Amino acid sequence: MTLWREVWLVAGKDLRIEARTRVTAQQIIPFGLIVLLLFAFALDPDRGILRRVAPGLFWVTVLLAALLAVSRSFGIEADNGARDGLRLSGLDGPALFLGKAAAIALQLLVLEVVLAATVVLVYGIELNTLVPLVLATLAATVGVAATGTLYGVLAAGVRVRETLVPVLLLPVVAPVLLGATRAWEAAIDGIPSDAWPWVALLAVFALLFTAIGMLAFGPLLEEA
Amino acid sequence: MPGGEVPAVVRCRTAVCLLDRFPALAGVDLDAATGEIVLLSGANGAGKTTLLRLLAGLVPLYSGEAIVLGHDLAVDRRSARRDLALVGHETFCYDDLTVRENLHFAARAAGREADDADTALERLGLARQADVVHRRLSMGQRRRLAVAVALSRDPRLLLLDEPHAGLDADGREFLDAVVRAAPSESRTVLLASHELDHARALATREVVITAGQAELGPRIEPVGDATDATDRGVA
Repeated sequence: MTLWREVWLVAGKDLRIEARTRVTAQQIIPFGLIVLLLFAFALDPDRGILRRVAPGLFWVTVLLAALLAVSRSFGIEADNGARDGLRLSGLDGPALFLGKAAAIALQLLVLEVVLAATVVLVYGIELNTLVPLVLATLAATVGVAATGTLYGVLAAGVRVRETLVPVLLLPVVAPVLLGATRAWEAAIDGIPSDAWPWVALLAVFALLFTAIGMLAFGPLLEEA
Repeated sequence: MPGGEVPAVVRCRTAVCLLDRFPALAGVDLDAATGEIVLLSGANGAGKTTLLRLLAGLVPLYSGEAIVLGHDLAVDRRSARRDLALVGHETFCYDDLTVRENLHFAARAAGREADDADTALERLGLARQADVVHRRLSMGQRRRLAVAVALSRDPRLLLLDEPHAGLDADGREFLDAVVRAAPSESRTVLLASHELDHARALATREVVITAGQAELGPRIEPVGDATDATDRGVA
């Protein structure tokens, strides 16, 4: 079986479980919306502040919600010895990594669309320059999904997985938060030239952690 | 094959496995040839499950030698997995996938077709539960599914850990038929069980695991084309 067929097999399995359980729709997206609304309540006295910090608040919310998505992705492998089943499946580490990361990335993209619409409506910002904004979002999403999958499997065999993943993951994705926030600010301000360096940084980050994940996922799964 | 020697599917020599620094296997010698049905017997905690998990590549070999389907587990624990299947204490299935979806995933991951999964589903009498999610299955149905998942991979080596536990009479008959058919399908079976009378009726050879070591068990008359290896000098 080719790599891409294996990737689709793994991603399809995770997405089928997600479609049946609706954890993203019923828990992760509502969580993100609640966080965004709480920020709005906290900063309501001056809506000018909200507009200025909207990109940062958006990406902090995405990262917090991504922790839930990563935890969920490896939680489904914890029951009934499914993780051993994955190891016994004969699927290669790179395919497992790319499949699980792709499923997480797709869920995050759905989340980001909903959160972006909320930011526009509630925070009152305008998304003027769409191309750098969309590219920054895609690169950041791949980067978060790749690092989340890598650190998710690293913590998979640990009893305190749910609390360990945030401690491991959030410091590592700080460059994503910085780059995506700056790119969004530039796009919202209508200065795309300021966004491109940050889009490039996000792309490099995504490629780097995708490569590391493809190499490390298999051995880490063996030790999990 | 020179001298008519049957190639070993499993070959262990003084295999040692540590679980949390405890020697769960303390020097196991074991051979199994193509088409053999080897019963692993022994008390609770003797090391039967660890031995099966070692052969499946799920626990690392600490020292000694363990070769499965031609792959040295000291060097490579993964390569043999496409040609073996383990039925363990858990089903290795996903709670929110149906019986059919779990089977299709396992078969396709092993490079088989969905038809192989559907055949295993019929063979284990799970057709009526095909669209039921795993979490709604009874214990016995889960055991059947675990066996079906293993068969859907059409493995050359089938590792069964207490496979009769929780099965009803029909399920036991299905499972026994699968095990008995192994020699004619050139499949090797290692069967760990506490139901010795039942398991001995299926096996061609018995190996007793005691305190992490293997000993020769009672001689069992071979069935089918299986090779009797009780006289090899190792278990």
